[in-house]
Amino acid sequence: MENFRSAPIEKKFFTPIVLLLIVLAINGMIFLLGRFLFGIGAVTNLDNQYPWGIWIGIDVAAGVALAAGGFTTAALGHIMYKEQYHAIIRPALLTAMLGYTFVAISVMIDLGRYYYIWHPLIMWNGTSVLFEVGMCVMIYLFVLYIEFLPIVTERFIGRVSFPGFLKKLNRPVDKLLRVLDRTLDKTMFIFIIAGVVLSCLHQSSLGTLMVIAGPKIHPLWQTPILPLLFLLSAISVGLPMVIFESLITSRSFGLKPEINILSNLGNMVGPLLFIYLAFKIGDMVIRKTFVYLTELNSASVLFTLEIMIGIIIPLRMFLSRQVVNSPLGLFTAAFFVIVGVLMNRINYFLVAYTPPYQFQTYFPSFGEISVTVGFIAIEILLFRKMVMIFPIVSLPETGSQKTKYFIRGKSQ
Amino acid sequence: MAAQTRRDFFKTSALLGTAISGISNKQIKAQSKNILSENRMGVLVDTTACIGCRKCEWACKTAHNLPTLPVEEYDDRTVFKKMRRPDDKALTVVNEYQNSTKFPINVKVQCMHCDQPACVSACIVGAFTKKENSSVIWDTNKCIGCRYCMVACPFQIPAFEYEEALKPDIKKCDFCFDLTKKGKIPACVEICPVEAITYGRREDLIKAAREKIKNYPTRYVNHIYGEYEVGGTSWMYISSKDFLQLAFPKLGRDPAPGVSEAIQHGIFAYFVPPIALYALLGGVMWLNKNRKKTESETEI
Ligand code: SF4
Ligand code: SF4
Ligand code: SF4
Repeated sequence: MENFRSAPIEKKFFTPIVLLLIVLAINGMIFLLGRFLFGIGAVTNLDNQYPWGIWIGIDVAAGVALAAGGFTTAALGHIMYKEQYHAIIRPALLTAMLGYTFVAISVMIDLGRYYYIWHPLIMWNGTSVLFEVGMCVMIYLFVLYIEFLPIVTERFIGRVSFPGFLKKLNRPVDKLLRVLDRTLDKTMFIFIIAGVVLSCLHQSSLGTLMVIAGPKIHPLWQTPILPLLFLLSAISVGLPMVIFESLITSRSFGLKPEINILSNLGNMVGPLLFIYLAFKIGDMVIRKTFVYLTELNSASVLFTLEIMIGIIIPLRMFLSRQVVNSPLGLFTAAFFVIVGVLMNRINYFLVAYTPPYQFQTYFPSFGEISVTVGFIAIEILLFRKMVMIFPIVSLPETGSQKTKYFIRGKSQ
Repeated sequence: MAAQTRRDFFKTSALLGTAISGISNKQIKAQSKNILSENRMGVLVDTTACIGCRKCEWACKTAHNLPTLPVEEYDDRTVFKKMRRPDDKALTVVNEYQNSTKFPINVKVQCMHCDQPACVSACIVGAFTKKENSSVIWDTNKCIGCRYCMVACPFQIPAFEYEEALKPDIKKCDFCFDLTKKGKIPACVEICPVEAITYGRREDLIKAAREKIKNYPTRYVNHIYGEYEVGGTSWMYISSKDFLQLAFPKLGRDPAPGVSEAIQHGIFAYFVPPIALYALLGGVMWLNKNRKKTESETEI
């Protein structure tokens, strides 16, 4: 095994792509301001027929699924204790943390009364799926921040240096960090397991969300095993997401991709996709919903595309040794899985939803799309900034320093 | 060190377990099944009697302090050209459907006040409640504006104030709870000039409806819409035409929240599955870590 060490990347922050992302981010924020000044109706195409749009379907539902890399790698690296994967845990953790932060923000901007976002904490409704999803996501977000803390302490212990009159704080803050580091060192396993449990819960419950909408959801998607399908798809998209990001990161910073680790990850994706596919097809056979595939309409076409692009093609690719051993092959296969899950979430929350009284169909407004794109742009920018500040991406090195979740070795 | 970690682990897991089960007990109590009163009220709408005068629309707005045109304007029948839906500005509307006879069929639409309301089950903060007298009402002090109730309602009833930037409300017929809780009758029922809508005990209304259908088999189709739909609704309809042709949604007899609540309770049965998963993962983690330790020790 090659030795590695996570370290901040030293590169220029601004590139042409970064500038483009900044423009997109600003554009999104302008429309977001409009939403707060003039109401949800002014910026979105939502109405009483379509109460939820892409802010829920993409930003929240797909966002949660695509942040699944966080809990799948935590399970792999910490719970299965496969040390070779420790190198990918930190980037996945950072993605999950940023992803979930933006999930929370997206929920908030979509709430009519966003300033009441804390209500579910004290006003409980145990029968509500949304309540459960909301609580799990809130707690998980908190867990993610805690899991990230050791990276912060690693970065700043012995290096706290406030300028000017704040200098006096240097010592106490350093001490605080050290105490924090030691406490976290001992208790981190609680949070890691909790993170995996919470993820399983809300990833599956996201699938239960639309069950109550009953006949409004097209029968191709509406099934009582939705929670299972959602969990399986989240698990199978977690690793492709890690592969995808890792390859992009190495590309954009000009690093050598850790192809060994990534190929090993890729080998696990095939079987996971296969299980997902088996349940998806099995469900269709048992409920006899394949009859809807003989009709030619947007539902049947999108359902077929979702399965082809998201499951069957990448399944075939991940089973091929050639593909799994080449960065380009891995990248393409991972990309298919990601697009597939994205499609699935959009299909389930938006395409499959037909209100009983429909006057016109929903298509997201320019403002809605701008906000969604803007958030994604900000996420990417933050990721770039964070890997430059914190020791996240692992760089090959000769010295041996093991990275565990308790990060700072005993030697120190 | 290993022993230390192990002890820590068991201590904390036990603590966590008790904390969560404590919470779950409270929660199970809080969500006791909503008990339906024998004497709950309802409304029977006889669409064959309704003349489409839309006085109920006016009365409803007036009773709820919503802006409204003067009552004479409601004689204007051109509004029937388009199908309308209740929204944040009108909690009830009357639609008109053509018929083979000379007389069109008018159908008043509002919240059905379901016996097993999807909105009550779905609302993230429990802003909706089913009252003993049947009214399903909404609490502005709880609502966070997530619009999940709108996703859930099988009749597409709750409406949201999309143009409101600061404090948008969910608007829907509240069965005139302010009146009915004092024993008065709903504003729309009160004003109806032809008694097309009757307020009374739900059971009595069903009997009356059956009676009508029996006595005038040519006038009515043999179906009381709302008697069984989604587990029964407080507002029920009888008509001379198949309800699907009057734009009523086709719904089964199972309560709308049934499946989703069953799944929820399956996953969360007294929090056992999540805790079991936690324990399982903890065990796996501990084993794997120990195995690694022994391996590295033997290596040395
Ligand atoms: S009709 Fe809709 S809003 Fe009215 S009680 Fe039933 S579920 Fe709730
Ligand atoms: S919009 Fe309000 S009433 Fe409707 S589900 Fe959300 S919190 Fe409950
Ligand atoms: S019961 Fe009251 S709120 Fe409901 S439609 Fe009639 S007048 Fe309006």
